Amino acid sequence: MSEPVLSVRDLVVEIPTRRGILRPVDGVSYDITKGEILGVVGESGAGKSMTGNAVIGLLDRPARIASGEILLTGEPIHHLKGEALRRLRGRRMGMIFQDPLTSLNPLLTVGDQLTETILEHLPVSRAKALNRAVAALDEVGIPAARQRIGSYPHEFSGGMRQRVVIALALCAEPELVIADEPTTALDVSVQAQIIALLKRLCRERGVAVMLVTHDMGVIAEAADRVAVMYAGRLAELGPVRDVVGRARHPYTTGLMASTPDASRGQRRLRQIPGSMPRLDALPEGCPFHPRCDRAEVRCRQAPGPSLTACDGRAACWFPMHQPEETPA
Amino acid sequence: MSASIRLKSLTRDFDVSKPWLNRVIERLPRATLRAVDDVSLEIPENSVYALVGESGSGKSTIGRIVAGLVPASSGVVEVNGIDIVSTGAEQAAEARRNLQMIFQDPYASLNPRWKVRDIIAEPVAIRGVATDGLAERLLEQVGLSAADAGKFPHEFSGGQRQRICIARALASHPRIIICDEPTSALDVSVQSQVLNLMSDLREEMGLTYLFISHDLTVVQHMADRIGVLYLGALVEEAPRDRLFAEPKHPYTQMLFAAAPRMDAFGREVEPPKGEIPDAINPPPGCHYHPRCPLATDLCRSVVPETRRIGATRVRCHHAE
Repeated sequence: MSEPVLSVRDLVVEIPTRRGILRPVDGVSYDITKGEILGVVGESGAGKSMTGNAVIGLLDRPARIASGEILLTGEPIHHLKGEALRRLRGRRMGMIFQDPLTSLNPLLTVGDQLTETILEHLPVSRAKALNRAVAALDEVGIPAARQRIGSYPHEFSGGMRQRVVIALALCAEPELVIADEPTTALDVSVQAQIIALLKRLCRERGVAVMLVTHDMGVIAEAADRVAVMYAGRLAELGPVRDVVGRARHPYTTGLMASTPDASRGQRRLRQIPGSMPRLDALPEGCPFHPRCDRAEVRCRQAPGPSLTACDGRAACWFPMHQPEETPA
Repeated sequence: MSASIRLKSLTRDFDVSKPWLNRVIERLPRATLRAVDDVSLEIPENSVYALVGESGSGKSTIGRIVAGLVPASSGVVEVNGIDIVSTGAEQAAEARRNLQMIFQDPYASLNPRWKVRDIIAEPVAIRGVATDGLAERLLEQVGLSAADAGKFPHEFSGGQRQRICIARALASHPRIIICDEPTSALDVSVQSQVLNLMSDLREEMGLTYLFISHDLTVVQHMADRIGVLYLGALVEEAPRDRLFAEPKHPYTQMLFAAAPRMDAFGREVEPPKGEIPDAINPPPGCHYHPRCPLATDLCRSVVPETRRIGATRVRCHHAE
């Protein structure tokens, strides 16, 4: 396989507080290759957005990268600051946020916002930039792009606005796009359109996509590989078919079993008891053990399980499916 | 079995005109938005009726009309046999005493300055009835502890807050609960806890739910009967299994096809066309025709009537 576009190694994000240092991201490692969609899934507070923000250098102070490496096509970028980081953002990494209304400037036309980004990052003339902006809107499926280029964000519907945000993220032809809950604010029919669009652009342009979401259904449909996060750590990482079909971590199984699905025909949903631990009160050992019905003595003892210490796919001492069951 | 809630030709228009001076200067006509368009339905006692639809389909407005938070423009809303639109305020209030509501956002629907005990007891206390121990008992019923009654809402997580909202809704012994997206703000593992609690309470207390949601999987799990709304109109209504086995309206079919599925790895489907049109100027004829694969000239000019096919009621010229 060629060199991964994004390589995250043992990333630790810390937030110093008066009561001690919190670790919203703790020892996360993964790669994304060209043309691949990595789905990052987890519940609120699992650290999935924090991981994405760390990669693109958008951590809000006092949160900081404490250790670990972030490599973009082999070059370390985790130490970059200011101007160097700004050149990278937009040019080589694009970002799609959850709420398309707040991520566009309401006072500028979409054409202004697109040409500004293109001129900032690419050596082209103003007229060329405008043409590129029209082409970018056209590519994301906005009808009559040349007429709509002078419209303001409020003149677009929610789905169309999210298309503009995607066009904005892609207009400087980045190698990596981080999409943080890109369809959560949208209706199902529009969500299906946006997912289809992301998949098409990823395939046609060979962009690596990190798709952050809480929706297992979206992951199953869009992602090639899945990273399941729990309490700042990776619980499970693997190809989507394996993780969804034969989850090894009890948290992943619980997450999927608690999603209502009538084909299973159960009258009651399976519940995971309790809720995610607070970052300042993480249990010893495996962070999931207080909610896990398979927990044994080893799970309660430090050090907790990690992907590398276990079978490389699930951070669990007693995974659900054995390795030989997984098709290669 | 008698019907707890009966809606007949319920319609609600909102005036969305510009201010009068703008209308005069810009020569604009008055503009109205029909949020609920001639909706008729019946909810039998001790059943769960779900309204599904995308944003702007009028599902929350219907819930609010039934709860009396928004007046109806025309039509009949019967709660336990009493029409709350035409009777006097006193009788309507009496009928609504049997009815409570659970809202979407448990962070916005609890007063942050009140203790949980006061929040839960409020619907009973307001009638001057003694509330000793009521909050504690209800908290235990919804899976929290009696000691939580002295705490403030910020001390609870989203799922726990929604349990407090449920406890408050149960305080006045209602027979009907209107749930407007009760789990949309919650994580899936917490959502399953809340949905299970709601199912248990329904069985224990014989509750009737009007369940409003955009999430088809949740609706499929909870509902006995489902109504699908599009631009304020009920386009299809059927018992749950019937609807999921054989959706008749092209809009329902599109919704089912578009919903993300866990078994759909790398599914390549033609995504649905278009978006919900502007509700102020809806398309003529059948409102769905610009997005519909079956649309004909008939659909473009004539509004379809509601037809009954087996157990399904559908508002489409071509459904069969």
